[in-house]
Amino acid sequence: MMKYEAVIGLEVHAQMLTESKIFCGCSTKFGSGPNSQTCPVCIGMPGVLPVLNRKALEFTIRTGLAMNCKISSYSRFARKNYFYPDLPKGYQISQYELPICEHGHIEIIIDGEKRRIGITRIHMEEDAGKNIHEGSGNYSFVDLNRAGVPLMEIVSEPDIRTPGEASEYMKKLRTILRYLGVCDGNMEQGSLRCDANVSIRPVGRKEFGTRAEVKNINSFKFVEKALEYEIKRQVKVIEEGGKIIQETRLWDSNRGITESMRGKEEAHDYRYFPEPDLVPIMATEDWINEIKASLPELPDAKMERFITVYGLPEYDADLLTSERATADWFEDAVKAGGQAKAVSNWMMGEMTKLLNDENKTLEECLLRPEHLVEMIRLIDDGTISGKIAKIVFEEMYRTGKSAGEIVREKGLTQISDTGAIEKAVEEVIAKSPKEVERFREGDEKLMSFFVGQVMKATKGKANPQMVNELLKKKLAG
Amino acid sequence: MELHTLGIAELRGLLDRKEVSVRDVVDSVYRRIDAVEDRVRAFVTLTREKALESAAGAQKMIDENRSLPLSGIPMAIKDNMCTKGIRTTCSSRILSNFVPPYESTVTSGLLAQGYILIGKTNLDEFAMGSSTENSGFHTTKNPWDIERIPGGSSGGSTAAVAADECIASLGSDTGGSIRQPASLCGVVGLKPTYGRVSRFGLVAFASSLDQIGPITKNVRDSAILMNVISGLDPRDSTSAQVKAPDFTSVLGRNIKGLKIGIPKEYFIEGMDAAVDSSVRAAIKQIESLGAIPVEVSLPHTGYAVAAYYLLATSEASSNLARYDGVKYGFRAPGKDLLDMYMNTRAQGFGAEVKRRIMLGTYALSSGYYDAYYLKAQQVRTLIKQDFEKAFNQVDVIVTPTAPTAAFKLGEKTSDPLQMYLSDIFTISVNLAGVPGISIPCGFTSNNLPIGLQIIGKHFDEETILKVSYAYEQSTEWHKRKPDL
Repeated sequence: MMKYEAVIGLEVHAQMLTESKIFCGCSTKFGSGPNSQTCPVCIGMPGVLPVLNRKALEFTIRTGLAMNCKISSYSRFARKNYFYPDLPKGYQISQYELPICEHGHIEIIIDGEKRRIGITRIHMEEDAGKNIHEGSGNYSFVDLNRAGVPLMEIVSEPDIRTPGEASEYMKKLRTILRYLGVCDGNMEQGSLRCDANVSIRPVGRKEFGTRAEVKNINSFKFVEKALEYEIKRQVKVIEEGGKIIQETRLWDSNRGITESMRGKEEAHDYRYFPEPDLVPIMATEDWINEIKASLPELPDAKMERFITVYGLPEYDADLLTSERATADWFEDAVKAGGQAKAVSNWMMGEMTKLLNDENKTLEECLLRPEHLVEMIRLIDDGTISGKIAKIVFEEMYRTGKSAGEIVREKGLTQISDTGAIEKAVEEVIAKSPKEVERFREGDEKLMSFFVGQVMKATKGKANPQMVNELLKKKLAG
Repeated sequence: MELHTLGIAELRGLLDRKEVSVRDVVDSVYRRIDAVEDRVRAFVTLTREKALESAAGAQKMIDENRSLPLSGIPMAIKDNMCTKGIRTTCSSRILSNFVPPYESTVTSGLLAQGYILIGKTNLDEFAMGSSTENSGFHTTKNPWDIERIPGGSSGGSTAAVAADECIASLGSDTGGSIRQPASLCGVVGLKPTYGRVSRFGLVAFASSLDQIGPITKNVRDSAILMNVISGLDPRDSTSAQVKAPDFTSVLGRNIKGLKIGIPKEYFIEGMDAAVDSSVRAAIKQIESLGAIPVEVSLPHTGYAVAAYYLLATSEASSNLARYDGVKYGFRAPGKDLLDMYMNTRAQGFGAEVKRRIMLGTYALSSGYYDAYYLKAQQVRTLIKQDFEKAFNQVDVIVTPTAPTAAFKLGEKTSDPLQMYLSDIFTISVNLAGVPGISIPCGFTSNNLPIGLQIIGKHFDEETILKVSYAYEQSTEWHKRKPDL
């Protein structure tokens, strides 16, 4: 049977985190009353003119630099013409022939191997409003709050071969955008959107197959699902002797399928032409260098540093650097005197678990890095046991109190007094003659039973090492 | 004294010396409108009440000896410039009920200098035309002969000035829409350098060509208005970062030794004999004032009209997409969205506007873009270079403004190409982005005005105003008034 491989290119739209819209002064805040953030410019009234928000340009250049793009010193806006009620001017101001960023790439890790995915271009454009279909009448509503919110369109080369790679690419893109502070990367709220161009070809063939564009992939978890479905669909069509047609398909997440939206014949003719209301964009070398100098350390570089400087395994370094806030938190803890691997273990273990359980982000977390460091010190000096530490950790997480305070308040200090532990050990042995007999007959697994009983008697505060030693001694009889 | 017959400079003196009141001036203008407007039909909207309110405010400023350059000066504004709270229609059914919630930058400037808005003037719908016959409401008549058109598209503004229904007005010029009607109505019309005057609030026809300019009874008034409307506007990215001078300061300076370019391509067959002889006489007159005539060539002139009608219509097809019945303006019901769009635009736009939207849509469509739009842009570059080369040799270029004097109503409406040729001498100026002025330079045997076009270098309106003023002061043409 013929083996196929997929060829995938992604077009990602990222809403920029600017305060105001791309061509007027209206606020970009999400969730305000319908049409409350509009003005004659973003409503497309007669005679008004766009003026470029310099911040949007700066954000796009930042992103281009972070993704290894060439920044054009001369770039233009173009009009993309089509009619739709959420597009007040009847055209979208976008970039076409001369985008601001071109020829870049990012790296993803697939099965421990680095893969380079090319970035064809990154350009600026304005978002459209929203049509709202509700109520029983024969009408719809239009909300133009989103009209004119700045977008970056990030177009990849057709370098992606599997749905898994596509998903990793999206995650990496999101991480970089969030590091740069140019987009919040929220796919569910629509601030990050993904369209995919998908085709298949027999393994080994160089030419691309006919591609379908899959739209409306509106969640991270659907990136893989939608692509898996589409690839299977195309393989099936070919194997049944059919042909793939060039078309736009819509991902339906409820039914888990893609459906044809429009064919090539119905494709819009957008009649692109240079936007005459805006002058060409001249980005000077000085300005580009200034932006370059202001870039934060990016995830790849940070990960390398975490491995070399802190001696972390690649796995830890990758996870800790996936969010800038997480990486900063880690480094704050290390600066406060924490041992890197210990801090990493607590962050990737208990902390991640607690955050995930409550669906919270690190920014919302009360736990302070220096508190974690203090707690680790309490473990190291034997004040608390590792088991008790989990209780202390959760308490720190919930209350924001320091480890010492919690240990004091709750009386959680470890018992390292030989007399007290010896007493507890003797009591347990006295209460469990049968188990003692079986143990002495060779059932060594019962050791954990005795340890558990002693810990129970001491409310978990007994120094586990001492408990073990004393039990061994006493049981040996 | 008939106050409405005067210009800005004369009225400024009378008002500031308190020989007349603002109310006297405004009343005089409206009396004139009442007397002649039913024959001229220059206006779409009259703003009598607001004018009287503004008059009181202006008078107060004058009384306190704080008068501004336009305090108490009644002006008319072409109805494609947005005026806050006052209907702005572009003489189109599709905007017949549109009241802008904002003021255009130019009229904000006029307001800040104390002007009084008399009314909004008629135009060819969306400024597309050369006769005002494409107005969605009515045709304006030429005050010199009401059987004839006033030119266009700013025909309402030029007729209002020629008929003394206002002291001055503003027009807009995309391919000749200020200069051609100024020529046909015997008034002064200036199209500034592209980027000199903000387009914010000017309803766009062709964004890369549109420019607002003054229409006045004499050259000095043109310079006075240029002082008010010129300059960088942060709301218009295409407005230039070039400091505007005091345009009146050059008036009266002599033009000795100035080189006047005469482009041979502009003296063509088919031009009215009267136009030809008047323009040649005007050149002689300018020569007699000390200027030196030099023959120059603008070799790509013959391609200008074709390039213009591709570029202007392409931009227009996109600029007019916003009139879709969704947000404001006229809406015709339909059974679904597409039907509503089609009914609204079919009923809301007139024939010429639809023709140009279709032309532009075609020129931009996939597969034709390179052959039409792109080729036209290349021609535009060549035309621009023609002017640059010519201006290496000369200071200004002098041509006829229009090939004929005012033609009869209906004479060219059935032949759009004939109508398009009315702008044959003005279009290149817009394509090159340079400034051009039309000033009266004679009359036909039927007593119809003829205009002389003087074209300048980029951002050198001063020189064309200087030459215009020198010529005007040595002739009597601008003093003639139509017999209405």
